[in-house]
Amino acid sequence: MSVIYLLLTISIIIAVFFFVVFIISVKSGQFDDTYTPSVRMLFDDELVKEKDQIHKTTSKNKEE
Amino acid sequence: MTAICACFHCGDPCDADAIVFDEKNFCCNGCKIVYEIFLENDLTGYYDLQKSPGASPKDLEGKYDFLDNAAITDKLLEFNDEGTQIITLYIPHIHCSSCIWILENLNKLNRNIKASQVDFPKKTVRVTFNSEGISLKQLSVLLGKIGYAPYISLDDFQTVKIKKDRSIIYKLGIAGFAFGNVMFLSFPEYFEVNEFWLDQYKITFRWLMFAFSLPVFFYSASGYFIAAFKGLSAKVLNIDVPLALGILVLFVRSTIEIVFDIGSGFFDSLTGLVFFLLLGKYFQQKTYGFLSFERDYKSYFPIAVTRINNDGGEDAVQVNEINKGDRLLIRNDELIPVDAILLKGNARIDYSFVTGEIEPVEKQSGDKIFAGGKQVSGSIEIETLKPVSQSYLTQLWSNHIFDSNKENSFTSLTNTISKYFTTTILSIAAIATTYWLFVQPALAMNVFTAILIIACPCALAMSAPFALGNMLRIFGKLKFYVKNDQALERLAKADTLIFDKTGTITANNKSSVTYEGTALNTTEKSFLKSTLRTSGHPLSRILYSHLNGSKLLKLNAVGEVVGQGIQAKFNDQNIKIGSASFVNAGKIQNNLQTAVHIRLNEEYKGSFMFQNEYREGLSELFQNLALDYELAILSGDNDGEAVNLKQLLPLKTSLLFQQTPAEKLNYIKQLQQDGHSVVMIGDGLNDAGALKQSDVGIAISENVNVFSPACDAILDAGKFKELHNYIKAAKGAISIIKMSIGISFLYNIVGLYFAVTGQLSPVVAAILMPLSSISVVVFTTLTTNFLSRKLK
Repeated sequence: MSVIYLLLTISIIIAVFFFVVFIISVKSGQFDDTYTPSVRMLFDDELVKEKDQIHKTTSKNKEE
Repeated sequence: MTAICACFHCGDPCDADAIVFDEKNFCCNGCKIVYEIFLENDLTGYYDLQKSPGASPKDLEGKYDFLDNAAITDKLLEFNDEGTQIITLYIPHIHCSSCIWILENLNKLNRNIKASQVDFPKKTVRVTFNSEGISLKQLSVLLGKIGYAPYISLDDFQTVKIKKDRSIIYKLGIAGFAFGNVMFLSFPEYFEVNEFWLDQYKITFRWLMFAFSLPVFFYSASGYFIAAFKGLSAKVLNIDVPLALGILVLFVRSTIEIVFDIGSGFFDSLTGLVFFLLLGKYFQQKTYGFLSFERDYKSYFPIAVTRINNDGGEDAVQVNEINKGDRLLIRNDELIPVDAILLKGNARIDYSFVTGEIEPVEKQSGDKIFAGGKQVSGSIEIETLKPVSQSYLTQLWSNHIFDSNKENSFTSLTNTISKYFTTTILSIAAIATTYWLFVQPALAMNVFTAILIIACPCALAMSAPFALGNMLRIFGKLKFYVKNDQALERLAKADTLIFDKTGTITANNKSSVTYEGTALNTTEKSFLKSTLRTSGHPLSRILYSHLNGSKLLKLNAVGEVVGQGIQAKFNDQNIKIGSASFVNAGKIQNNLQTAVHIRLNEEYKGSFMFQNEYREGLSELFQNLALDYELAILSGDNDGEAVNLKQLLPLKTSLLFQQTPAEKLNYIKQLQQDGHSVVMIGDGLNDAGALKQSDVGIAISENVNVFSPACDAILDAGKFKELHNYIKAAKGAISIIKMSIGISFLYNIVGLYFAVTGQLSPVVAAILMPLSSISVVVFTTLTTNFLSRKLK
């Protein structure tokens, strides 16, 4: 049963590691605003490249 | 075209003359331009997320000129180095996901904007930009062009940036972390089976529990020790005293127990207790970030105004640098920051924030103008009489009443009960210890500490934060924003309600319109309506919507004389609409009411009179309130409305007119000296003193983002008629707190039984304490939700 010393040590080290990560992430200000990220997550990604090109050429034509 | 089409950009109805572009309808050129901007920059995704999310961009001519001043921008910028600048701007129009989307895609509108991040609850956007490519002023103008004009006020300018206080989260994190681990570590000893391995390892487990509890005792619980010490040195027995005592005894006894191998200690109860207490505090602290209850006149004034030099040049100068005699240029829609004399221009000043009157006041050259009004018809030049710090407005705010703090003199329910609690527990402990000293001395210390541990008023300390905190949250959803727990408690205790008239019981923007004169036929009405359509004046707009049903005509010529009226030609007819002098109305009957006169084809037709409307549900609200409360109306207006009010309101309502702000304040003071607990419901800056003096000051707001003076609660104007229900709910919350305190007493009695008889084992403590805490939390949350289910 003396292996319990080893197990305890390892689990405490891991737990403290996660705790330190918690402190660091709170310090970085991530959790100050808990609402906006939930909305931001739902935005679509950028349009596909080719569509971009078509738009760019059309506006160039307009300028001319 | 009979179908009502809505503007694709902002959702306002666009009538017959809708602007069509790219197969979509727009109500005005402004909206169409914003759409064009988005289209050119590939940002039409803006419209995908929300229907009509936009706002029509207002005229911003010169509005951000003060940002040319480097001294000003230096103070506003968060970061300014090597070509990069960062600023956080408050943008009131942020209200939906489209807003977040477009503001975070600003880099597509201008390459010099590197990044932008929105904080939705606070309605701010933090923009990082290349200062060599775009200036702060250009950035603000750009935002204004797409309908998201930032609001930069003197308050932003003067406050020192406060460091974010996240200590409660750290303390809570540590307590939670320790609590979980200590619980696991204490499990083996709960089940006291005489295992050999347990005897071998229990020392390790115990000292590990000790190690985890150290940060909890010294850091997380520190707040309670400090508060208890402060309370004791002020000779007040507040709730923190028994809490601190309990935590201290827990720690000391547990340490002694493990050092001398007497037992396993109560570290699990210690960490659990601190964790739940901090959870209650955290819950209590969640406030509304976008509302500032501490705003005062500084957040209302602009940062800078345009000063006209002796040689005619214009400078942007900071508001607090304006001296007596300075000539200032106030543009359309700008605030007048100083008391001044009008030199040039047509002054029509909207004093709705100060007096609550929506109709702008007309001033002539040479008239005195007070600070706080908004110029609504073109530009004017004024000469300063008094600098900002001495103006009438600031005088109101400088009244010493704003220094005192209501909270210091109010003893909450919790603190009242805790006084009795502490003394009772200490006496029980004294009696029990003395008893055991004679009967079985070995048990005496055990019993003494056990009593102090178990009789901890944790449930007492948590009932109020959770019950009131939940009520605050529920009220917030109903647009009744209360500042904090204490304000709710004071609200429940009130016995007198005082209302202001203009803007509080009358609706600011609605006016009922009546016509006096020769009746107009349909064609004449159409002509009138078409002419009104071209004017942006508030009275024109109200009259325009009043004349619904009339067709619109294409007019030949239209001209508006700013501040006077409008004239138009249609075929061979002409019409003049406006003030009495503009239409040459001759003798005017009723001078007290605002009127718009009509002259059609050289014939005076009549006038439209505008009257303020009382808020919906006013009469019923007062009838209900009269049963439980003393009521009064204090108005700064003349008594023209006295007859109407007497009809609407119950007989015992006192009506007082022509009250100056100082008189309102004194009236409340007098009532308080007579022993009443007064709630003041008002709006406008000139109620600020009365709101502060009263036990609870409630500000009625049409738009919570616009302005909130120093008050204890803000009620959305649309919810005015629910006021009585809200007060009843606050009272209900107090009863719930009393009930939950009763429940906690039951736990205490059970626990005390174990303690007094010397049978308090760690297992019993570990079960009882979290159990009482959790049941209090669950009880208060469920009952307050149940209580508010009918509120709307």
